[in-house]
Amino acid sequence: MENVVELKGVTKAFKGFSVDDINLEVKRGFITGFVGANGAGKSTTIKMMMNLLKPDHGEVKVFGLDYKTNEKEIKERIGFVYDGNVFYEGLNLKDIKQIVAPAYKQWDDELFNYYIDRFDLPLNKAMKKLSKGMQMKASLAIALSHHAELIIMDEPTAGLDPIFRREFLDLLQELMIDSNRTIFFSSHITTDLDRIADYIAFIQDGELVVNQSIEEVAENYAIVKGELELLDQDTEKAFVEVRRASTGFEALTNNLKEVNDIFGDSVVIENATLEDIMYYLRKGGVHHV
Amino acid sequence: MQIIISNSSKEPIYEQIINQIKSSILSGDLKEGTALPSIRQLAKDLQISVITTKRAYEELEKSGFIYSIVGKGSFVAEQNLEVIREKKLKVIEEQLSAVIENSKEIGLSFDELQELLELLYEE
Repeated sequence: MENVVELKGVTKAFKGFSVDDINLEVKRGFITGFVGANGAGKSTTIKMMMNLLKPDHGEVKVFGLDYKTNEKEIKERIGFVYDGNVFYEGLNLKDIKQIVAPAYKQWDDELFNYYIDRFDLPLNKAMKKLSKGMQMKASLAIALSHHAELIIMDEPTAGLDPIFRREFLDLLQELMIDSNRTIFFSSHITTDLDRIADYIAFIQDGELVVNQSIEEVAENYAIVKGELELLDQDTEKAFVEVRRASTGFEALTNNLKEVNDIFGDSVVIENATLEDIMYYLRKGGVHHV
Repeated sequence: MQIIISNSSKEPIYEQIINQIKSSILSGDLKEGTALPSIRQLAKDLQISVITTKRAYEELEKSGFIYSIVGKGSFVAEQNLEVIREKKLKVIEEQLSAVIENSKEIGLSFDELQELLELLYEE
């Protein structure tokens, strides 16, 4: 499978915070969900993907190209949807189009009008008068109107109400009918990604701790519940983190097969949601890429 | 084609898809040569990830239930249905033999067994 984005050993240090040795591949034709708590390094990583920040070390390649020599071509092919309003808020969509369209070789007026229609966007209303969801749709419409192959979104669903969020996720799936399209989107709302993401990249304290397909995640991770007496030094090794209560234990495993071998039917095993995984990894602080 | 996915089921989603398509094929609801929705369309309709429907189709293809033509899509396979039916029949025969053996052990008559079978079949 072709990689649209490749990060190799990417490192960026700030005072008191760093993104450390990130190795990440984003596959063409799929949705990659980028999860992590607030402040884990999601935006920093995305900024490096967009060349808005330069890494201290490591290599960033988009469409197999380097920003040093091919910045313009790369940017032509990316649509960036940002948390919040990237456009000057006093402008309306018609004005914004006039400014943005000439910047892209592949700008498609017909497509722009289609999405304006489709998303029910007002052309003559100032951006600041639009709801948060509408602003997000507006920036998505612009990204789509220059035939972006790669759509990068930083927290697109933050601040959207649940109904709007659902609609938005449906829309993303509709976009993915085109197998040439790739979506990379960050979110701290993990239920967004449980539904539609193909690959999960999970960043914690500036380190990538999980980078697997959603099928691999479902196959390896699970929540295990059972009686306390089942736990000892050896059996506990099957778990990332164990939560004990007087009534029994609940634990996260990243090795479901081993759990089945050790415990068989003596425990209850349930699917782990991304939220479960995020919560337990956070507590366990166990690193395994 | 109807597929109902349960999110609370222990059965993985790709397996739910496989089993439901299989049984539609075996029951004749999906006829030989019928075009299946594309991997991407199915993912959208079921509101699940593309990689999950892709896996389901790949496994259905491996076991000979469907075949894919690049650029055209996936179709219900033509040749294997008789073979699959035979295989199933053979399994049923074996299971029935075991039932008969068990029945004889406790002295259950053929009529009683038939009655029991009818009762269960109706359910």
